[in-house]
Amino acid sequence: MKRRTFLKGTVASGMLGVAASAGLLAPRRVLAAWPETAFAAKNIDEALSTLLGDTTPSTSSDIKIKAPEIAENGAVVPITISTGMAAESISVLIAKNPSPLACSFALGGSTLGFVSTRVKMGETSDLIAVVKSGGKLYSAKKTVKVTIGGCGG
Amino acid sequence: MAKKKIRIRAKMKGDVAEVKTLMSHPMETGFRKNKKTGKKIPPHFIKEVICEHKGNKVLVASWGVAVSKNPYLSFKFKGAAKGDTITISWNDNKGESATADAKVS
Repeated sequence: MKRRTFLKGTVASGMLGVAASAGLLAPRRVLAAWPETAFAAKNIDEALSTLLGDTTPSTSSDIKIKAPEIAENGAVVPITISTGMAAESISVLIAKNPSPLACSFALGGSTLGFVSTRVKMGETSDLIAVVKSGGKLYSAKKTVKVTIGGCGG
Repeated sequence: MAKKKIRIRAKMKGDVAEVKTLMSHPMETGFRKNKKTGKKIPPHFIKEVICEHKGNKVLVASWGVAVSKNPYLSFKFKGAAKGDTITISWNDNKGESATADAKVS
């Protein structure tokens, strides 16, 4: 399973991530700057450590990913992430995309743990949702099969 | 250049406001090639979407190139009432931006 590589923490870069995310906490715990290095990261560990400062989210059953089992068109994959937790942020990563981090949402205090959007997927891959709640990270994943990739023409 | 348009629909469901929005944007990844010239099409994508209600940021989305063309975004939040204004704005990697607002119904 991919979980093994997913959970493998890179401690050194984790420190860097903590510093970065501390600086990113704007007045109302909302991300202030676009996390360029996290979006440029080529693997999940790197993306998570620069974005959230941790590469080892615990698996949670309280995160629901609604996405098609089979996406006919990888260019438009509708996804909905919902959680009952008081989420501070919700991030979506696509394991096999050139840059895994697809999108990250910083939620205000009155915002429910719910986001829905559409993403591109280059090929069949795990879709990973990472929720930050109470300073901790939780994740869930779902495999989406893609018949036509979304990165070509 | 496509028109910079944001469509917003905000509706109260009980005490929760449900916001749905569609933005017009090419969301170019930078990986695609122009089939005629063989040159890479430079990336052009929305980096940040800010959703505000009464001056509070209810949602700040940071996006990469993996968000689909003409992005759709939906979220829910508490504390709104009918007639409140919701403002949504985005800015992209070329420094372009757009803002739109809508009333909660």
